[in-house]
Amino acid sequence: MAKELLKGNEAFAEAAIRAGVEAFFGYPITPSTEFLEHMARRMPKLGRAFVQAESEVAAINMVYGAACTGKRVMTASSSPGVSLMMEGISYIAGTEVPAVIVNVMRGGPGLGNIAPSQGDYYQMIKGGGHGDYFPIVLAPATVQEAVDYISLAFDLAEKYLSIVHVVVDGNMGQMMEPAELPPMREISDEIPEWAVRGAKDRDPNILTSIYIDPEDEEITNLRLLRRWKEVEKNEVRFQEYQMDNPEILVIGFGTAGRVASSAVRDARAEGIPVGLLRPITLAPFPEGRLEELCDQVQRILVVEMNSGMMLDDVQKIVKGKVPVEFYGRLGGVTPLPDEILDEIRRVSKNEGEISGDPRDEWMDRLEKMRTGDQ
Amino acid sequence: MVEAKTEVIYQRPESFTDVHTHYCPGCTHGVAHRLVAEVIDEMGLREKTIGVAPVGCSVFAYNYFEMDFVEAAHGRAPAMATGIKRVLPDNTVFTYQGDGDLASIGIAEIMHAAGRGENLTVIFINNAIYGMTGGQMAPTTLPGMKTTSSPYGRDVELAGYPLKMAELLAQMEGSGYIVRRSLHDASNIRKAKKAIRLAFEAQERGLGFSMVELLSSCPTNWSMSAQEALGFVEEKMLPVYPLGDYKVTPALQELRV
Amino acid sequence: MEETSIIISGFGGQGTLFAGQVLAYAAMDNGYEVTWIPSYGPEMRGGTAHCTVIISETLIGSPLVRYPDIVLALNLPSVDKYEPLMPENGVLIANSSLVNREFERQEIRTLLLPANQIAEDIGMSRLANMVMTGSMVKMEPILTMEMIKAALEEHIPERHRETLSMNYKALERGYAFAEKELG
Ligand SMILES: Cc1ncc(C[n+]2csc(CCOP(=O)(O)OP(=O)(O)O)c2C)c(N)n1
Ligand code: SF4
Repeated sequence: MAKELLKGNEAFAEAAIRAGVEAFFGYPITPSTEFLEHMARRMPKLGRAFVQAESEVAAINMVYGAACTGKRVMTASSSPGVSLMMEGISYIAGTEVPAVIVNVMRGGPGLGNIAPSQGDYYQMIKGGGHGDYFPIVLAPATVQEAVDYISLAFDLAEKYLSIVHVVVDGNMGQMMEPAELPPMREISDEIPEWAVRGAKDRDPNILTSIYIDPEDEEITNLRLLRRWKEVEKNEVRFQEYQMDNPEILVIGFGTAGRVASSAVRDARAEGIPVGLLRPITLAPFPEGRLEELCDQVQRILVVEMNSGMMLDDVQKIVKGKVPVEFYGRLGGVTPLPDEILDEIRRVSKNEGEISGDPRDEWMDRLEKMRTGDQ
Repeated sequence: MVEAKTEVIYQRPESFTDVHTHYCPGCTHGVAHRLVAEVIDEMGLREKTIGVAPVGCSVFAYNYFEMDFVEAAHGRAPAMATGIKRVLPDNTVFTYQGDGDLASIGIAEIMHAAGRGENLTVIFINNAIYGMTGGQMAPTTLPGMKTTSSPYGRDVELAGYPLKMAELLAQMEGSGYIVRRSLHDASNIRKAKKAIRLAFEAQERGLGFSMVELLSSCPTNWSMSAQEALGFVEEKMLPVYPLGDYKVTPALQELRV
Repeated sequence: MEETSIIISGFGGQGTLFAGQVLAYAAMDNGYEVTWIPSYGPEMRGGTAHCTVIISETLIGSPLVRYPDIVLALNLPSVDKYEPLMPENGVLIANSSLVNREFERQEIRTLLLPANQIAEDIGMSRLANMVMTGSMVKMEPILTMEMIKAALEEHIPERHRETLSMNYKALERGYAFAEKELG
C-alpha cells in the first residue's frame, strides 16, 4: 500500500480499525479528539460499535464490559481523561482481560493545558490505578511507528491478557506525516475460552477482580508477576541512532527522543561522539541494553518533556556506573533541537563528577535560560 | 467646555471586569455573564460571592467576574461548590456550567447536589454542543443534528435522546427553583435575568438548590452566523426544550423583585 | 537540499495550515520525507495560526525547529516573531499588505510582496497564502511549481475544487512578482 499523508490521531484510529477493533468507547478531549471523531465516522459504517460515553469513567467501563466478551476493544483520551479511567484500568488488570488505551498526553497537573507533554510517565508506567499490576507501555515517536505499534498493542494485550497503553504526546496526535496503513485484518471469529458469550454447552465463565480471600489475591498477584516476567523477557523494543562508539549516550522517548535525534545528528557533524537510545517499550524498559551501554559510554544525558521521571528509571539501572545528566522541558513545552544540541556540547566538555540529583543543576540552568528567553 | 447632559442607560456592572472576552462573536456566553453580574450587583452580593467555573468555553469565566472564583474539574463544579458552601454557609456560591460539563460528565454531581438540596445557584448554558473541544455531540444535541462526533446526524437509536435537565432536576425534592429560559432575543433575555435574580434569592433565603437553564447559541460550532444561530435557538431548540418554570417553591412564588 | 524547514504563519483564516499541507503533499508525492505540524490550542483562539513543515532527503528527527530556513509571514506579528530567528541566508517573505515596515536584517534573503492585493486582483482574497507560496518557489526552489500544482490538484478539498485554476493563478502571480523584484 502507498504512503499517505496522515494526521496522527486519525492514523492511529484507522490503524486500530485495520487491526480489527470491534468497539470504541471514548469522550472528547484535546489533543486526542480527532481519534474519537475518526471512530465516529468510520465505525458505524463498518457495523462496529462506537459510543461517545458520558465520561471517561463510563468509557473505560464500557471497554471493560466489551473486553470481557473477548472482542478487540479500546479507548483513547488525554491526560485528565486517562486519570478518570484509572479505576477501570485497575479492574481490567485485576480481571485479566485485554484492552488497549491510547493516551495523547498534555501539560498538567490539573486542567493544565492542551500542549504536548510527557508528564504522565509515572502514571502510565508505574500503574496509575490501585493495586499490584503491570501495564505494557509503548511509546512510538513517528506516525508510522504509532500505526505499527497500535496493531502490536492488540496482539500483546491478548497474548498477555494485559492492559497495553500506547502513549504519545500532543505533537504526535496533531502532526501529519506520511505513513503506510496496514491492510484491513479479518475480524477473528475465535472465542477465547474465558470470554462471556453465554454458557452454551460449557460451565459458566465468571469474570471478576474480587478475591475476597487474600490467599487467592496473592496467587493472582503472583500470576500477574510471572506473566510480567515473560513480557520483560520477550517484548523489549528500542531504537538506536548514531551508535558507532559513542562516548555520550542520549536517552529520550517519544517526541523528546525524536527531537534529540536531530541534535545528535548535528552534534556528530561537529565531531562529538554521541549516540541515541530511544526506548519504544517504556514498560518493559530496555534495561539489559542500557546495562551493556554503561560499559561503553562515559556520560549519559536523559532528555524528557517532564521533570525527570524516566531519569529515575535510568539511574536505577545505571547504578552510578556512569554519570547521568538531565535536560527536560515542563508543562507542555517541547524542547527544540538547538537546546538539546547545547546540552550535548555542554556534557561533552564536562568531565567532573556529578554530585547528587542531576535535576538540581538542570533546574538552575532552565531557570537561567527562561529568564534569558524573555 | 460644554457639559453635555447624558443619561446613563447601560453601565458595566461592578461585578463585571472591563476586559474583552475570549468568546466568539455572537456567542451568548457573554450575555449570560452580564446578566449574572448585574443580578449580583443589584443584590449587593459581590463581596461575599464565590463562583465556580467549569471546564468548557467558560473555563475562564473568572476573568470576567470581579469576585472570588475557583475552577473545577470537568463536571465537578457542583461538588466543589458543595464543599465551599458547607464550610462557608453564609457566602453566596454559584456554578456556571455548559451542557457537556453539567449534563454529561457531571450528571451525577448535579443530581446529587439537587438531591441534597444544596443551597447553591447553578447557571446552566445549554447550547446543544461541546464548544471548547470543537463541536462534538452533547447530551443536549438535537435528534438528527450533525456534530463532529455524530457526523451523520444524532441517531437516537445509537446515541440516545436529548437530556432535559430542568425537567429532571425539578423532580428532586431538594430543589427549590428550577426554570428554563432562552437568550435568543431581548425580551427573553429580560426574562432570563429575572429568573437568575430569583435563583439567587432562593439561595439567600435558604430555599434549596436553584438552577436556571439558558438556551444559548454556539455560532462557531453550529457553522452559522450569529443571527442564524439565534434563529436556530428559537426555531429548533425551543420545541425540544420548552421554556417554563419547572419548580418554584411556594416561598418564592410570593416574592416580588 | 538535505533538510529544509519552513514556517507559514499568519492570522487564523489566512490559510496558513492549508498552504503548509500543500507543500507537505508535494514533498511526499515526490519522494521526500516530510512532517507538518500545526500550532493548536489557545494560540489559535488568540487568532494566530502557524505550521512548521520539514522537507528532507533523509528520515526526519525533530518536526519542530527554532531557526526556520524559510518563513512565509502573512501578518506583522509573524515578521516580528521570526525575523530575529532567521539563520544567515534564510528566506523571509512577508505580506506587505499587512506588514507596514521594512526588514531589519540585512544578511538574510527577504521579499515584501502585497499578497492580499495580488489575491484580490485575481478575484479571491483568500488566496494570499498561495501567492506567498508561489513567491517561495522562485526564491528557494526546493519544490517546483509543477509539483505544487499537482499536489493542489490532488488534494484540494472537493468543495473548493472549482477554485483550482484561481489557485494556480495565485501561485504564478506570486512567482512572477518575486521574479520581477529579484531579477
Ligand atoms: C476529564 C475531562 N474530559 C474531557 C475534557 C475535555 N473537555 C473540555 S471542555 C469539554 C466540553 C465542553 O462543552 P460544554 O460543557 O457543553 O461547554 P461549552 O464549551 O459548549 O461552553 C470537554 C469534553 C476535560 N477537560 N476533562
Ligand atoms: S465555541 Fe461556541 S460556545 Fe464557545 S465561545 Fe465560540 S460560540 Fe461560544
